[in-house]
Amino acid sequence: MDTVKNAADKKILLVGQPNVGKSVIFGCLTGRYVTVSNYPGTTVEVSRGRAKIGQNNCEIIDTPGLYSIFPITEEENVTLRLIENESPDVIVQVIDAKNLERMLPLTFQLMLSNLPLVLVLNMFDETLASGMTIDTALLSEILQIPVIATVAITSQGIGQLNKIIEEKLKSRLKPAPASFPKFSYDAMKNWYDKARGITDRAVKKRDSGRKLTRLDQMLISPLFGFPILALVLYFGLYQFVGVFGAGTVVDFLEGGFEKYINPALANLANSYIPWPVFNSLFVGEYGIFTLGIRYAVAIILPIVSLFFLVFAIIEDSGYLPRLSFLLDRSFKKIGLSGRAVIPMILGLGCDTMATMVTRTLPTSRERIIATLLLSLCIPCSAQIGVILGLLSATPIVLLAWLAIIILIFVVIGAILAKVMPGDKPTFIIEIPPLRFPQLSNILKKTFARMKWYFGEIVPLFVAASILIWLCQLTGFFNLMTGALSYPLYLMGLPAKAAPVFIFGFFRRDYGAAGLYDMHKEHLFTNNQLLIAVVVLTLFLPCITQFLITIKERGIKQGIGISAFVLAVAFGVGMLLNFIFNYSGIIL
Amino acid sequence: MIVSEAAEEILEALWISYEEEKHETLSLSELRTAPEIHILKELLEAKIIEHPEKDKIKLTEKGLHHARDAVRRHRLAERLLTDELAVKSSLIHDTACKFEHHLHKGIDSNVCTLLGHPKFCPHGKPIPPGNCCKEESKSALPAVSKLSTLGHGQDGHIAYLHTLDPKRAQMLISMGVVPGAPIKLLASFPSYLFKLGEGQYAVDSSIAGEIYVRLG
Ligand SMILES: Nc1nc2c(ncn2[C@@H]2O[C@H](COP(=O)(O)OP(=O)(O)OP(=O)(O)O)[C@@H](O)[C@H]2O)c(=O)[nH]1
Ligand SMILES: [Mg+2]
Repeated sequence: MDTVKNAADKKILLVGQPNVGKSVIFGCLTGRYVTVSNYPGTTVEVSRGRAKIGQNNCEIIDTPGLYSIFPITEEENVTLRLIENESPDVIVQVIDAKNLERMLPLTFQLMLSNLPLVLVLNMFDETLASGMTIDTALLSEILQIPVIATVAITSQGIGQLNKIIEEKLKSRLKPAPASFPKFSYDAMKNWYDKARGITDRAVKKRDSGRKLTRLDQMLISPLFGFPILALVLYFGLYQFVGVFGAGTVVDFLEGGFEKYINPALANLANSYIPWPVFNSLFVGEYGIFTLGIRYAVAIILPIVSLFFLVFAIIEDSGYLPRLSFLLDRSFKKIGLSGRAVIPMILGLGCDTMATMVTRTLPTSRERIIATLLLSLCIPCSAQIGVILGLLSATPIVLLAWLAIIILIFVVIGAILAKVMPGDKPTFIIEIPPLRFPQLSNILKKTFARMKWYFGEIVPLFVAASILIWLCQLTGFFNLMTGALSYPLYLMGLPAKAAPVFIFGFFRRDYGAAGLYDMHKEHLFTNNQLLIAVVVLTLFLPCITQFLITIKERGIKQGIGISAFVLAVAFGVGMLLNFIFNYSGIIL
Repeated sequence: MIVSEAAEEILEALWISYEEEKHETLSLSELRTAPEIHILKELLEAKIIEHPEKDKIKLTEKGLHHARDAVRRHRLAERLLTDELAVKSSLIHDTACKFEHHLHKGIDSNVCTLLGHPKFCPHGKPIPPGNCCKEESKSALPAVSKLSTLGHGQDGHIAYLHTLDPKRAQMLISMGVVPGAPIKLLASFPSYLFKLGEGQYAVDSSIAGEIYVRLG
């Protein structure tokens, strides 16, 4: 009978418009952290957690934001399907109380499902601060459902929410679920009129409301906005992640590995694993410890964690939606809208994460272009970090790399915008207020992402070491390096660089870390360094992203995109080599 | 001259084929319902239509004015029915046909002003402007303007959305961009930023050109 105890017997679905605080409330109820950021479309996948509410073992489900029961984007579809198929015991609709009038129509729509509904008026702190008071008792009476005011970020009102859910769960009878109607303008108009009538009664006082602050105005004006963007990139990315993270911190950790850990491990291995074959699996040139773990811990870890830290601050402030306002016009030239700015910037953190976020784009044309550009041009944090570290001594190579990648991004984007069939994208995004980032959320988010990233890369790195070791044993490694030597020759690179590209197949950053090692031995001229770095940046990001691309876009498009990316990567490498040879430029 | 409801239908069909499809003549078989002979006769005698070939009719100079007014009244009636009276869209055409018949000169300009001189009917077809619209465009502030033509800080209420793409209309409406909502333009470069209730939205120029705002 014990198994029954563990199985959740009640399901509670958190739904609501984007960016209203569903994920914060999920965290409050379950104690599990899911990503919380200040822009619409943070959650694109369903998260499930457990909570004990009264005597009930509940499964709490956090969902992607939903504007109405008539979905436009894929992540809205995800939520709608959950409502229809999961047969939840209670739906908790979370609302941004400031925007009660605009969000109530969704309440009426959810009522059509016949499922028990609870209304949470979140962000009550901001509501009161904006000079608005809401009579929740009256609202509850009019709507005939429980209404609770909360401030999720300080857990205010969560206790009450628990009680209300418990109360709701008591009512035994489960009504027959009804299906949703089709979109109709008239029904919509009725809901909005009803919402207006209700808010006129329940909302006591209204100020003129949110105005543009000075900072707001600066962020969205091109005159200040672009310099601010440049400063954010320079200090946040170059100075903090590149110079400090990839330089100082990595040097320190690498030093530690080389001086103490590697020799110690080698000694240990030599005394306990006498067979040289197995010895090299752990501490050889490509060994699990000497290569895999060292790359992961000494190079990738510091870079990625610093990057995620900067990133969390940017995400929580509300800067990203403003950036999409600023960049929409430019993005239209490459077949995307300002909404795609968010996945592109997220790609600088992790392309896999960003590929999932392309779900928030409204058309499949935009999703394909965005996925392709992410695979091809956007280096992830680990890679940027390694590359910044690699090239910081030769600023000219760094600048040339940056210019070439941007040029390819623009050119490929412009070509795709021309040749891809389908309608031109349109741009609409909700801009949340600028919020002061909460230290606790930043730390939790950075930590959660590091943990996730590590879980992702360490097994891969270890697997790579094992695979390479196996290949070496069987002679397949030499075969592969041999096969790569011709394309490498065409790109003007030494045959010794072949392992780097083999690593690159596992992860681009793994390959970049390999370059880092080779460069320390002065194996490259600056020209060769530039070619190698450019080709590795354009290369397929990593196995995980490859798999996610297939999952999101389907097998045909997924393979197509990857083949295209590989062809462009090698093509550009050869072209660069040709240009260098022909023009005699020496960097 | 006041013509019957059935006659107005014929005039509208002629005007649409003349103005929007650029055909001077229309064969009788192309009409929605076959016209009754006495109505055609009535129109021919009033010199509103001519009969250049067998089974074909065309508008006279004078008829063109009549027809244009009929179309204008029909489409204004449609706007009135959807925006102000929330009539179901499937019923609009037929109700509008009855309704327009009662919107004679003078009254149509009152309705037009009430609606804020709309430029398009709910199906996205242009509404031929009347004198009231011309006077309106001379004065500095038209009662209803596209969001994209407002100045910073100007505000009002959304009068209607004019978009031909149903999916886009659905998206805007779901996000709260609905007729009647208070709206204020905050910035217009490089994209448009507006305040809607307590929320703020950024849109591109094509969407900003589809939101019509009644000022004040
Ligand atoms: N001031 C204030 N901010 C809040 C409150 N609840 C959430 N937030 C902030 O609102 C933002 C959005 O919160 P999320 O939990 O990510 O919202 P969500 O509904 O899950 O958003 P999506 O996943 O994009 O649909 C974050 O920056 C939170 O810190 C609240 O009660 N008061
Ligand atoms: Mg969320």
